Amino acid sequence: MARISLKDLRHSYREQPVTDSDWAVKRLDLEWTDGSANALLGPSGCGKTTLLNIISGLLKPTEGSVWFDDRDVTAHPPDARNIAQVFQFPVVYDTMSVYDNLAFPLRNRGVSEQELDSRVREIAALLDLDAMLEQRAAGLTADGKQKISLGRGLVRLDVAVIMFDEPLTVIDPHLKWRLRSKLKELHQRLRTTMIYVTHDQTEALTFADQVMVMNDGMIVQAGTPVELFERPRHTFVGHFIGSPGMNLLPATFEDGVARFAGFAVEVAAPPKTPLTDARLEIGVRPEFVRFGADGIPVRVLKVRDGGRYRVVETAHGATTIKLLVGEGDALPSESGHLKFDRAHTQLYADGWIAS
Amino acid sequence: MTTKTPNQMAWWLVLPVVLLVAFNAVIPLMTVVNYSVQETFGDNQFFFEGVKWFQETIESERFHDALRRQLFFTGIILVIEIPLGVAIALAMPRRGPWVSVCLVLMAMPLLIPWNVVGAMWNILALPDIGLLGHSLNAMGVNYNFTRQPVAAWATLIAMDVWHWTSLVVLLAYAGLSAIPDAYYQAAKIDGASNWAVFRYIQLPKMKRVLTIAVLLRFMDSFMIYTEPFVLTGGGPGNSTTLLSIDLVKIALGRFDLGPAGAMSLIYFLIVLLLSWIFYTVMTKDEAD
Repeated sequence: MARISLKDLRHSYREQPVTDSDWAVKRLDLEWTDGSANALLGPSGCGKTTLLNIISGLLKPTEGSVWFDDRDVTAHPPDARNIAQVFQFPVVYDTMSVYDNLAFPLRNRGVSEQELDSRVREIAALLDLDAMLEQRAAGLTADGKQKISLGRGLVRLDVAVIMFDEPLTVIDPHLKWRLRSKLKELHQRLRTTMIYVTHDQTEALTFADQVMVMNDGMIVQAGTPVELFERPRHTFVGHFIGSPGMNLLPATFEDGVARFAGFAVEVAAPPKTPLTDARLEIGVRPEFVRFGADGIPVRVLKVRDGGRYRVVETAHGATTIKLLVGEGDALPSESGHLKFDRAHTQLYADGWIAS
Repeated sequence: MTTKTPNQMAWWLVLPVVLLVAFNAVIPLMTVVNYSVQETFGDNQFFFEGVKWFQETIESERFHDALRRQLFFTGIILVIEIPLGVAIALAMPRRGPWVSVCLVLMAMPLLIPWNVVGAMWNILALPDIGLLGHSLNAMGVNYNFTRQPVAAWATLIAMDVWHWTSLVVLLAYAGLSAIPDAYYQAAKIDGASNWAVFRYIQLPKMKRVLTIAVLLRFMDSFMIYTEPFVLTGGGPGNSTTLLSIDLVKIALGRFDLGPAGAMSLIYFLIVLLLSWIFYTVMTKDEAD
């Protein structure tokens, strides 16, 4: 177990990075506390796998350093860092049995057969693999194979960090939730630092205590799932997390009042200074919009049933505003007025929160 | 419910393939079967002889010798070319500009007509004017492949290795290229040695293509004719007379169609049997 820190880190796949877009991971300083469950969430190509490979040592960063506790491990190869990594596609050694697969990392490190045996059986029991230890690993289902890849990381004592690179991609939907809760349970029992990379917000938000949202090589926001939901620092987070994502309305800001299409909108923490030359937007999640007697007049466009609530799509002029209405609640048929919950309405300048 | 009478006209569509296979394989094979049970004389006279030629061939010392030489040759070829091909494939770059250069260089020997390969090596190995033959003699090695059986064998094997190892390389390389990077990354994290990576990742992943490589090299080397015919013509003496060369000597040299037919069929059955054994042994694991 260890605290993982990245200091002044940058990475580019090009020999001579020139422009900003040449950097796959832009300059960042990050820290993951010892024993925490973390997620790196972002769309494909945002640099999250690059970041993961830098931590595991499969990639050497162009600039900056990687620290495990107080050790600078930037120059260390993966096997010297004592980390575990589970890949998108399950990696098993086809010709070996499940037992030999789990024993492989220990045998490579010269652990005695006696010690190895107890360790392998312990981990197999933890992962519910004990019934199939003698089977050929090649014959297992995708989730079984993924458990073996995880198990090969877990058998080694005191791994510094376990990293997951979209580990549920090839798992059948009905097995996904089972493996996901298994991972959560493992973290609670072992208290190993874990970093989970995914583009699926459900996986990230259910697994992690601390989520980092990445976009375009940058960490846009780091926080608990609740923080990301209630107070997105960037419109990207507002849009990427939540289903449906945050409403963004073009806005103006004068004399301390934010306005959308001429209507004054109260925001949580209005900025003290006037904002000039910036593209302004008001952001509010569908969860915090409701119909009222007065407010912004809108037309109702579409109603979609989402189970316990309905997703209502409305429009004022050319701007669509979505809101959630409870199952039994009344719904205006053609037009109505919208009110926003002040505590959860934010003003964004050029995408970043302004307050 | 209406029952439809199936339209049987579709069978006609198979006709071109049936004709092709008939002319390509069935008719020639049956002709050989026909010859193998008859005695032939001039003026197209044929007399039925039963299994006489088969019996003679199986008991013939000459056939045994050729078969022994053939098994020895194929054995050496497989033992050299398969490991060498795998080793070269492992050493080849996996990405970058050198990949295509290596692939083209590797494919080159495969593109040369077989009789040209034989002629090239014949000239190369000539003890008086050939680059190889002359150099060896100049270095004090007494080398003359037209007189010494050992030299003839060494030249023959060197020629086949030069000509066909590339095939194994290309197949093995294709197998290696299909291994996802994650396997190597996982192995690095697991602390696997280079040998362990080869033994537990690369070799198992190459198994299918290597099965094909072994089968192809077995069959081709077992039926090899053109190159040794051009290089040594089966000599000196009978020392490099492999099965196919012996067969042609009997069939065309002496025009004994009956014994040649019988020998062809036995030859064919040996290839079939050995191929089946190779295939069964190499794919045994996948069945369980």
